[in-house]
Amino acid sequence: MRHLLSTRDLDRETAIGILDVAEDMADVSSREVKKLPTLRGKTVVNLFFEDSTRTRISFEAAAKRLSADVINFSAKGSSVSKGESLKDTAQTLAAIGADAVVVRHSASGAPHTLASAGWIDAGILNAGDGTHEHPTQALLDAFTMRRRLHGSASRGKGLDGVHVVIVGDILHSRVARSDVWLLNTLGAHVTLIAPPTLLPVDTGQWPCEIGYDLDAAIDADPDVVMMLRIQAERMNAAFFPNTREYSRRWGLDASRLDRLRSDTMVMHPGPMVRGLEISAAAADSARSLVRDQVASGVSVRMAALYLLLSGDREVD
Amino acid sequence: MTARTVLHQADIARALTRISHEILESNRGSGDLVVLGIPTRGVALAERIGATIARIENGTAPGADAPPVGALDVTMYRDDLAKHPTRAPSPTSIPVSIDGKVVVLVDDVLFSGRTIRAALDALSDLGRPRAVRLAVLVDRGHREFPIRADFVGKNLPSSSRERINVRVTEVDGDDAVTIDDGEADGVGGAGRSGSDTGAGRSGSDTDADRSDGAGRGEADA
Amino acid sequence: MSRERFLIEGATLVDGQATDILVDDGFLTVGPDARDGAADATRIDAAGLIALPGLVDLHTHLREPGFEQSETVLTGTRAAAAGGYTTVFAMANTSPVADTAGVVEQELSLGRAAGYATVQPIGAVTVGLAGERLAELGAMAASRAKVRVFSDDGVCVADPLLMRRALEYVKAFDGVIAQHAQEPRLTAGAQMNEGALSGTLGLPGWPAVAEESIIARDVLLAEHVGSRLHVCHVSTAGSVDIVRWAKARGIDVTAEVTPHHLLLTEDLVAGYDARYKVNPPLRRADDVQALREGLADGTIDIVATDHAPHPIEAKDCEWDAAANGMVGLESALSVVQKAMVDTELLSWTDVARVMSAIPASIGRVDAGAPVASGSRADLTLYDPGVSEVFATDRLAGKGVNSPYLGIDLPGRVRWTFHGGTATLRDGALIEIDDAAARAREELARG
Repeated sequence: MRHLLSTRDLDRETAIGILDVAEDMADVSSREVKKLPTLRGKTVVNLFFEDSTRTRISFEAAAKRLSADVINFSAKGSSVSKGESLKDTAQTLAAIGADAVVVRHSASGAPHTLASAGWIDAGILNAGDGTHEHPTQALLDAFTMRRRLHGSASRGKGLDGVHVVIVGDILHSRVARSDVWLLNTLGAHVTLIAPPTLLPVDTGQWPCEIGYDLDAAIDADPDVVMMLRIQAERMNAAFFPNTREYSRRWGLDASRLDRLRSDTMVMHPGPMVRGLEISAAAADSARSLVRDQVASGVSVRMAALYLLLSGDREVD
Repeated sequence: MTARTVLHQADIARALTRISHEILESNRGSGDLVVLGIPTRGVALAERIGATIARIENGTAPGADAPPVGALDVTMYRDDLAKHPTRAPSPTSIPVSIDGKVVVLVDDVLFSGRTIRAALDALSDLGRPRAVRLAVLVDRGHREFPIRADFVGKNLPSSSRERINVRVTEVDGDDAVTIDDGEADGVGGAGRSGSDTGAGRSGSDTDADRSDGAGRGEADA
Repeated sequence: MSRERFLIEGATLVDGQATDILVDDGFLTVGPDARDGAADATRIDAAGLIALPGLVDLHTHLREPGFEQSETVLTGTRAAAAGGYTTVFAMANTSPVADTAGVVEQELSLGRAAGYATVQPIGAVTVGLAGERLAELGAMAASRAKVRVFSDDGVCVADPLLMRRALEYVKAFDGVIAQHAQEPRLTAGAQMNEGALSGTLGLPGWPAVAEESIIARDVLLAEHVGSRLHVCHVSTAGSVDIVRWAKARGIDVTAEVTPHHLLLTEDLVAGYDARYKVNPPLRRADDVQALREGLADGTIDIVATDHAPHPIEAKDCEWDAAANGMVGLESALSVVQKAMVDTELLSWTDVARVMSAIPASIGRVDAGAPVASGSRADLTLYDPGVSEVFATDRLAGKGVNSPYLGIDLPGRVRWTFHGGTATLRDGALIEIDDAAARAREELARG
């Protein structure tokens, strides 16, 4: 794998391959020596143009468990905030000898540009770009679901027939996009539930169903309900009247939680806004896999880094 | 390219039985034994050795436990990851703590010794065995490390150009050890087809413990 | 010093007739008379070349003053000559903005001094393009630059009352408002055409309705106040329908389409290559087809380049940070051939109309006359028979932000005559000093 930029261009075999390697990585994470020598001598740069401590430390832990050297490059307080271009930054990282760049950027497509513009030869790992994609988040979501469903027999399996409902701000969510492509590729059936204002204007080619009614989606007995963070600022841009109305119509509150099967998985990519899109009861319930998602994140990112950085890069 | 069979099914069975006896003899019984196969074919061979040991022990001491058998994947510990296309690792499964145990590593072919070097590193991250032994079905020479096998099914002095294919029923559908003369350039299907009846990766796993540079008639080299 | 004369032998006129053309003292003699007195003329073998009137671009960004790192009047008019253009209308979004007589006269002078093409300045509609109060439209009209086209291009005159007043006011001097139709609230942060692809790519959408609603409003305003309206860079099928409806209703509206909107679609955005970032954005294939049909049936009056040069760093970056715009002067005729002529939607007579005569007439400049005896010697000799990969060697301005680099385009401009001076000779631009010297001679002759 040369880069990991999106889940949309992952085929089923590749996706399952990543999840299977992540299973091996998860085994490592559960033993006493949680470190592998695999990427000794490799340099991984976490290039974060947006603050995201959660994602950054997850990637940092993943790289360190594989013995890579990790350099954290936060755009805040660096030359980037003084107007240095993405190109100059990339060329600086190339000169430092970065083997992989984990990039988080507010501009959709920035990782794609880094990977294709010829500024740097390193493997590019998209850690979230604008409102485009967040592939490792989708992979860890799929990994978490698969483990819950199949346990230690997960290797080689997809998510065939699993019904996943994703609720919230789809329009601005890179997580939702990556999840839609990946979960569909793995055989899951995805339903997106959102206010019409928070859906892209044309989702006709998306491999999923679209609805506005969370209650109807819950009555359809889904296997997974994934809640997305809703940013209160959206209210000011007239996407919905106020947070109270949003919460009433699209929040996972206690009564909706009660109507879910006891083994329905409740997921959230975090950070959660408790009381808005998800009630505290739902977030902390036995159905909640939020902490499993965080743990899976390290394994999946180890797998991605391994697949990006091992192997002869000239060959593939 | 011509392939000739040097070990048939019965030869392999006899070799594994002999190895099992030798393990029991050197260990003075099956106590504290843990048998770990190195994926892919080493795992199948380890399971057979474990079963054979159990059968032998049951004959002499009925009710004796079969030794625990597991798999030790060494992919993450290899020193040549950057020189080949990305390898998909296999699961590691360690059935019991290896602390204080006698671990018998099982692999199909011993060649450069690099795989075993990696396996020793992997093992040290998992615990501290009392002793580590090595059992291989075929030793073909050309060592690049000060490593030797304790139990050998058959010594097969070979040219480094030649390719040794080990086929096991669990993976490939039948048991056989063959030698290719290595004259083919290794590109294309011919070099792999003979051993590709099983999981599809037999050709590249057979001589996973291989010398760098020479002797690889492999499509993915 | 007597001027160089040219005898163009065997050129093909737009109607298909082969003829000789004499370029002498700034004027043309076409037909059998061309050979009279052509004894010492430079002879040009024009077999296979089409003789088009010098092209007129109603929509060029020359960037000077203020953005000379992108383009200057000199480099922009060299690009014009390379593309067969002899007159370019310079958009007002310079720095300072062309919202006073002083700035438009400066641009006029720079164009005259450079000598590659006639530069006709466009004046801003509002002070500083800010959309708040009218610029001194009358002063610009009365200046030496004789401004007749006014535009805030780059931004829309969004305030309906201000637009109404502007439309009314320019009637006093036969002016026209060239509107950049883009409802600003509907396009806040917009990065590409809004549709299925924008949703997938996660790029904020620029919906067609943001263009169409402004055009609909403006044609109704123009009707109400009885004014002339020109719509810049129409890009959607819906816009074509609205303009068609307005024309049927007798509203005095003209519309332009860019070469890139006639050929390229939004699918190119999928790789996030910022060369394809332009405003209005590349649209769907259905829109491209509607624009071609609209140009063919006369709903859309002209092709205008929206030549928008940018320095390399403005495109060599992530999509969001990239500047909007493409260079277009050098490639326009080839793109129009590919999109309209090779598809048999337009004849070469039509091309002369939509790329020369009508733009000149909308802009009220004395240009765009047909290739005929007595016409001013603004002439382009174009070889439609070649096809080659478009490369940077075809770009003559400062900008290399062409979306056509690396793709096959038909045709090539061989010669461009501007007022009798060969600015492009057999595919090569004349030297800057020579062009300036010729321009000085012309000015001295008055």
